[in-house]
Amino acid sequence: MEGTRSTRDAYGEVLVSLGVENPKIVVVDADVSKATRTSLFARQFPERFFNVGVAEQNLMGVAAGLSLTGLIPIASTFAVFATGRAFDQVRNTIAYGNCNVKIVATHGGITVGEDGASHQSIEDIALMRVLPNMKVIVPADAFEVEKALRAAVRIYGPVYIRLGRVPVPTVTSKCSHFEIGRANVLRDGSDLAILATGIMVSESLKAAEILSSEGVESAVINVHTIKPLDRETVLETAKRCGALITAEEHSIVGGLGSAVAELLSTECWVALGMVGVKDTFGESGSPKELMKKYGITAGDIVEKAKEVLNKKKTGRAVCR
Amino acid sequence: MAKELLKLIREKATQIRKLVLVMTTVAGSGHPGGALSSADIVATLYFWFLRHNPDDPNWMKRDRFILSKGHSAPVLYAALALCGYFSPNELLTLRRIDSRLQGHPSSIKTPGVEVSTGSLGQGLSVACGIAAGLRLCNSDSRVCVLLGDGELDEGQVWEAALFASHYSLSNLIAIVDFNGFQVDGKLCEVMNISPLVLKWKSFGWKVLEIDGHNIGQIVRGLKKASMYRRGPFVIIAKTVKGKGVSFLENNNDYHGKPLNESQLKAALIELGGEIYWKERDLLEMLTERCSLV
Repeated sequence: MEGTRSTRDAYGEVLVSLGVENPKIVVVDADVSKATRTSLFARQFPERFFNVGVAEQNLMGVAAGLSLTGLIPIASTFAVFATGRAFDQVRNTIAYGNCNVKIVATHGGITVGEDGASHQSIEDIALMRVLPNMKVIVPADAFEVEKALRAAVRIYGPVYIRLGRVPVPTVTSKCSHFEIGRANVLRDGSDLAILATGIMVSESLKAAEILSSEGVESAVINVHTIKPLDRETVLETAKRCGALITAEEHSIVGGLGSAVAELLSTECWVALGMVGVKDTFGESGSPKELMKKYGITAGDIVEKAKEVLNKKKTGRAVCR
Repeated sequence: MAKELLKLIREKATQIRKLVLVMTTVAGSGHPGGALSSADIVATLYFWFLRHNPDDPNWMKRDRFILSKGHSAPVLYAALALCGYFSPNELLTLRRIDSRLQGHPSSIKTPGVEVSTGSLGQGLSVACGIAAGLRLCNSDSRVCVLLGDGELDEGQVWEAALFASHYSLSNLIAIVDFNGFQVDGKLCEVMNISPLVLKWKSFGWKVLEIDGHNIGQIVRGLKKASMYRRGPFVIIAKTVKGKGVSFLENNNDYHGKPLNESQLKAALIELGGEIYWKERDLLEMLTERCSLV
């Protein structure tokens, strides 16, 4: 792991390169272009940038309309507003109409920090995951932002990409493989596997180090695409390790943990533990303090790992 | 304006009204009231104003029409069928399982439907996006969106109204079907929207008030709107809910309820004019369908 960078910073730059390469790319923002970094695109392509003002519902409608003329609109605002404030617009106009809109939301998760609970989106993955036609991607680092965005633009249909505010450690590389719907194994191990998404990938790698020093070998899998979930990798890993942990900067209700539990409960019963925000709102504080208080650090993963390993020892895995 | 053209549009509007009533009665549900109030507007759009090609619904150069008041879907389906997007017989499948004609418009199912609507207040935003996109692509296609007056309660309509004037979308024409009723009653009682003209003006729109049942006025209004180059244009069309059938006019009971069979017969007789299906065939089909329910 070397260097840290926020996924939104990477987004701003990738957007400009995409703008140069593909004249069909247009960007719509709702008065937060400096924070989402779409202002870089706006400066370079003013005629292809639309600021709707503080109007997220209109943001999604305008993006849908742009897509219907053959353009590829990328709609950006904070995750809490993109998915919550404009949920009906995303559902009825974009997802139901299968519009070719890419929603790239920044400020996902609790590490938004000092702005507090009103701005900390810990339910966006759940809200987007439930929509037919919608794909849900959470890049783990700056490299993955570029790959995710390019992949999203290459396919037709709505995609939700969740980015964060604070710098995150680099955990992938420029040339590592990225495919929507294919999870990446970052570390091998057969005692248990940690399925992580977004900033929790780096926490999981740290946790795996700690566990290794205590004699437990855990696999770490980067589940950048939450929908469609990589069923094959999840099931194969479940069968091989017999114990899984999910780690996400999101409510344990409806996110990656739920997606994995839905799959395991019908296909393969193994010991499962979920690390995430426990059905509660956040509060103001520094990202680090919040991660600690709300239980989403490497330490929390280690603790959960021990719990799950215990279950694995006493229970019995049943796989079809 | 040639008299023949006005006559043709009037005939089409009558046919549309009849088809709306027939298909909602056959379906056993739907929203005839607001569909009838917009029949003259929709007929003028599809049989005169809009550049479109039923043989190629995705023709690049077409004008776009968005029915923001999606519950009036039957009026759109009737117009599309009469234009040839699909067979009028298909109208009898409205709201049935496996039908392409959903209770509210679905762009992925129905040829000629541009945007999925039904959740009110969203059509103007989408129209804005289409208008901005077309302008960016140097297209001279125009975008028309039909709004209900009740749906103007939705805040998103006014977000979109701001956007349209801020970006001077002169290829965008909004039409308000101002029939004065929303689901729970009169606008002035449920949620007062007046002064409507001043509201649109203050949002930077050019406004024109017309009688939404006078084809000549609709035609002239659309001409003015398409020639106006300085920004978005809204036509506020004063209409009568249930227009064309005496016992439906200004009767809000039929906002979301179809006629029964005997009411339908009376309504069809009152509307007169050419009917698309021969009366006997129609009644046979109707009886057959009703016995299926």
